[in-house]
Amino acid sequence: MKHGEKNIIFGLYDDEEDLKRAVIKANEDHLQIMDVFTPFPVHGLDPLLGLAESRLHIGGFVYGMLGTLTAFLGMTWIFTRDWPQIYGGKPYWPILSFVPITFELTVLFASIGMVTTFYVINGMGPGVKNTIIHPSISDDKFCIAFTTDGHELGHVDKLRHFFQHTGASLVETKTI
Amino acid sequence: MGSGPTSPIREPLVKGHKTYHQITEDLCSPTERAPSRAWTLAFIVALSALTFGVICIIITIWVGIGTWRLNRTIGWGWDITNFVWWIGIGHAGTLISAILLLFRQKWRTGVNRAAEAMTIFAVICAALFPLIHVGRIWVVFYFFPYPNTRGPLWPNFNSPLLWDVFAISTYFTVSLLFWYTGLVPDFATVRDRAKGFRKRMYTFLAFGWTGAAKHWQRHESLSLVLAGLATPLVLSVHTIVSFDFATSVIPGWHTTIFPPYFVAGAIFSGFAMVQTLMIITRKVLNLQDYITLGHIESMNKVILVTGTIVGVAYLTELFIAWYSGYVYEQFAFFNRALGPYWWSYFGMMACNVLSPQLFWSKKIRRNVTMTFFMSIFVNIGMWFERFVIIATTLARDYLPSSWSFYVPSIVEIGIYVGTLGIFFTFYLIFVRVAPVVAIAEIKHILKAAGDQYAKPNAKTTLQQVESGNMELEAAGHGSHHGQDHH
Repeated sequence: MKHGEKNIIFGLYDDEEDLKRAVIKANEDHLQIMDVFTPFPVHGLDPLLGLAESRLHIGGFVYGMLGTLTAFLGMTWIFTRDWPQIYGGKPYWPILSFVPITFELTVLFASIGMVTTFYVINGMGPGVKNTIIHPSISDDKFCIAFTTDGHELGHVDKLRHFFQHTGASLVETKTI
Repeated sequence: MGSGPTSPIREPLVKGHKTYHQITEDLCSPTERAPSRAWTLAFIVALSALTFGVICIIITIWVGIGTWRLNRTIGWGWDITNFVWWIGIGHAGTLISAILLLFRQKWRTGVNRAAEAMTIFAVICAALFPLIHVGRIWVVFYFFPYPNTRGPLWPNFNSPLLWDVFAISTYFTVSLLFWYTGLVPDFATVRDRAKGFRKRMYTFLAFGWTGAAKHWQRHESLSLVLAGLATPLVLSVHTIVSFDFATSVIPGWHTTIFPPYFVAGAIFSGFAMVQTLMIITRKVLNLQDYITLGHIESMNKVILVTGTIVGVAYLTELFIAWYSGYVYEQFAFFNRALGPYWWSYFGMMACNVLSPQLFWSKKIRRNVTMTFFMSIFVNIGMWFERFVIIATTLARDYLPSSWSFYVPSIVEIGIYVGTLGIFFTFYLIFVRVAPVVAIAEIKHILKAAGDQYAKPNAKTTLQQVESGNMELEAAGHGSHHGQDHH
């Protein structure tokens, strides 16, 4: 086993309701779930897994504000300091004229910032190869994975029993 | 977002008693099998049109705008007409993917992917026109404000034309990000089925998507916020396009009705283009179970509403021109309807105002052939609308000595045909490379809107509704209640 690799055991379920029931059972049995993989977002799963709400939207707000300030202060500086110019008798600082571009840059910054953050914190990007636990996960199977490292010898059997008991259709071990 | 309790009297959105695996098979297979003869033929036609367009664009850049028949009176002709037409077409994609997401309209899942793709390709086609219309495309980066050695010389932030630069580039970027982020999980599905070169290609495109719970949570959060951002964005884009006209001093353009009127028109024409594409796509790729008559009917309702708004706007314009007592404004509208371009005004009225009224009939709304022809009519009508607003208004100047007439040159027609070629070439490549219907989203709504779970509208009695509810609960759907609390 190379450095950084870990041994896992995973089970595949055929339905998201089976998966949710299994996660509840794992919580009851105090089994530490490594991760859950699904073909689509399963609602109601996050609280069971103890996942806190994503803070991505807060990031979006900050990026958006950055866009607002960049646009508004940028145009203000250009029209009042760097190169004051009168267009059609309008004032040097035509705030109303700045609204459309300020809005557009707010949206642009928020979108690019959020999407970039999303990929970075997920460890994703063009050409990135993350370990795919099982090819059926992106098709029709719902997966629960446990790490088996650092546990006593009977732990794997206990997990196998858990999968069997909760109705997993496939149970495998793997080194990732 | 797609899940949650659904009224049993709703029409199912996924037909054919699909399983999750069947959905994967149905939606991935078009990217996996060899192209059909119909696809190849269409691709050759589209590519030929594209080539012709590229040649015409090169002629325009090489020789100059003189190859177009614009003149001193009519400074905007087919170019800006086509620009506004394409931008308008793009709007349906964002409306379906963003606004309908916020309104929790589940039927969007059948058509959102293709409509978003259409948005991106339409915006590319649209952006071409201002770029070449400026005449010196090689200095087009002057549009953007950046510290430069020309003074520094900054663009005029008071100008709606500059707002347009920001609006269109933002719109393109945000649409692309939204579309691609939605595609990533579906590329992962294709990746996990592929072998050899395709495997490597889709591994690259899937960005390393694993389907982990936390990733899905972030994905949903991102989609929701992007939808929230794209909703005002899409309204702003066509509003700003309308400012190009509305802030001028040209009679017939200088009106406050333009922003809402343009936005409604944009959604109207965009949905018509979505109908044109989806009716062909569902037939050729056998996707009738995913893009159902219910989907087509829903889109026809949007067409009816927006078409009627556009109709009201036309009449309001006429009324206000008369009511204003302003002779130049009155003449502009008199000239539109009865001047040398009267045929384009009547084409516009017939296609945009009268024809969509047929959609009051449910039978026609659910008739695929009728819908297809209507969608073509609407697109023709909306092209005429922009032509009426732009060329026919300019043709009659303040001075009768400057009055002019405009007929496009072969180069202008060629560029228009070329953009149709670009649009369809990209779309045809898209249907070969990416799943046309969002796989993960369809799976997500399956248990709420699949026909084995949802009851068809017509056969439902109160008793069936009640027993249907019990069946749903028996199938484990009682647990859907309260899901959105997290």
